[in-house]
Amino acid sequence: MDEKKNDYVLLKGNEAIAKAAIRYGYDGFFGYPITPQSEVLETLAVDKPWETTGMVVLQAESELASINMLYGAGCTGKLAFTSSSSPGIALMQEGISYMAACELPGVIVSVGRGGPGLGTIQPGQADYNQAVYGGGNGDYNLIVLAPNSVQEMCDCMGKAKELTFKWRVPVVVLSDGVIGQMMEKVLLPEYTPRRTDEEIHQQCPWATNGIGLKNRHYNVHSSLEFDPLVMEERNHKMTEKYARIEAEEVDYEYYMADDAEWLIVAYGISSRVGMKAVDILRKKGINAGMFRPKTLWPFPNRVLFDTASKYKGILCVEQSEGQLVKDVRIAVEGQTYVSHYGRSGGMIASPVEVYHAFKKMMEESVNSKKGYWIK
Amino acid sequence: MELQDIIKPENKVYGKPSLMNETPMHYCPGCSHGLVHKLVAEIIEEMGMEEDTIAICPVGCAVFAYRYVDVDWIEASHGRAPACASSVKRLWPKKLVFTYQGDGDMACIGTAEAIHAMNRGENIAMIFINNAIYGMTGGQMAPTTLMGMKTATCPYGRQADLHGYPLHITDIAATLEGTCYVTRQAVNTVPNIRKAKKAIRQAFENSLKGKGCSLVEIVSTCASGWKKTPQQANEWMEENMFPYYPLGDLKNTVE
Repeated sequence: MDEKKNDYVLLKGNEAIAKAAIRYGYDGFFGYPITPQSEVLETLAVDKPWETTGMVVLQAESELASINMLYGAGCTGKLAFTSSSSPGIALMQEGISYMAACELPGVIVSVGRGGPGLGTIQPGQADYNQAVYGGGNGDYNLIVLAPNSVQEMCDCMGKAKELTFKWRVPVVVLSDGVIGQMMEKVLLPEYTPRRTDEEIHQQCPWATNGIGLKNRHYNVHSSLEFDPLVMEERNHKMTEKYARIEAEEVDYEYYMADDAEWLIVAYGISSRVGMKAVDILRKKGINAGMFRPKTLWPFPNRVLFDTASKYKGILCVEQSEGQLVKDVRIAVEGQTYVSHYGRSGGMIASPVEVYHAFKKMMEESVNSKKGYWIK
Repeated sequence: MELQDIIKPENKVYGKPSLMNETPMHYCPGCSHGLVHKLVAEIIEEMGMEEDTIAICPVGCAVFAYRYVDVDWIEASHGRAPACASSVKRLWPKKLVFTYQGDGDMACIGTAEAIHAMNRGENIAMIFINNAIYGMTGGQMAPTTLMGMKTATCPYGRQADLHGYPLHITDIAATLEGTCYVTRQAVNTVPNIRKAKKAIRQAFENSLKGKGCSLVEIVSTCASGWKKTPQQANEWMEENMFPYYPLGDLKNTVE
């Protein structure tokens, strides 16, 4: 397929990821096939960017190898990404922790499916904790972007590129099997050239690529430190950086929430379901709106805390047994009633189901001011 | 004649390579690592590749290799150096990219990454220190531990029914279509050090010329892990390791 620049095209979310990466000037992709995201590598293989932009594409032997290829790329100042799904992302956690520890750039696209374990190849959102709280060891955070459309899958690759170099923090684009597989029209970005070696040298003086070695101390990327005081100092610096990210990079949006007395909180595909549910609720005369975090880390704690008392009750909608809802409860700090509705194991809630769950939440919020954990 | 009268530039017959810095090495007396580090530094210097080298070190005794040789280093996670090197070399095709791994790192936890990097014919050089033991963690059984050899985790000697057999990863490497040069060397004598240097140099040149993947195994001593003096360790290696891991080229398609 030969798209003219800035033309709308009809693409799957996974295809949009691949085409966006080529156009945003990514230097490399390293990944291993797994359903439901294999179209990322398949699209790259068809488009052959190594013949046009010079982007490297490599099918790795495992997700362990993929993430360590990403680690190597990030060490040398290159912009690379990998893509996988739930069990594959689980395998990457050690490497992600290393990347965070060495403060490396890199983009990890996570197209979630139902779990735990091998789970199902049907879509899921049960990897919120995996992305936001991580499975790797140590004190670290990742920037987590949560697109809810094919267009946003595309746009997130640009935003991830900017953020990962700005902060030297790995960025996760947390999507799900629905957005990865569904087709929508997309406006692809214009081509941005890949950075030259000289530009990388100027922008990434920390990179281990040998450039200019005779005029500088040699660079090392290592997460190892035997002196606990030095290690703690390193952690403190990262924590300070994370605080700046929390202050600057929170992103969210509202739907029909200006006059809302009741709120849905949802991200990713659930926010698409949530918007439909709000429409139904409004038709039934209920003043409902929706709040959608677009960054899951940093999480929009401040705005949720500041506005929580406006709402008589909040329903978190997510395709899991309840992960996002915990962050919402932390943010709200008991100011209003917070409940959860979600399907899991590959099931996706319909707007009508969410409507009924919302009505139930409204009743519970009136009848119960007790802690949510009391059944 | 006083010592100070002898120490003069005109009397200098030998020096350490300038890429080796003054950091005191953490290696035990009699360990092969220091010698191999020196060879690596010498070769990079002789090739004039200081600004075009990306070195990747392992987890194991050589985890601190980056402290001693003044080139850009990446410290990979345990066993993943070949994966890391694969992306680095593909993204920087004109650079000299090499990995430096021990037997536990390369032939146990990182077997998949090592074999697939070699089999893809990645244009990297892999240096493989085989001392048949886990040195850094205190002398546990390695994939290359010899039959009957005693370690902390096979204190009565390695037995096939309990522990399986030593892995001949270098022999496997020679069967892979992606490797161009597979050799087994040692640094126990001056002639062997010279041969090992020649082998590492060829591996580095293969990386630069894009000939495929090169593997240089160095059959090495671990005096501390083997609980021997440095001299005993060398003798033990010659008597026990060399018959099982014979020195020489296993494959060379570049010559």
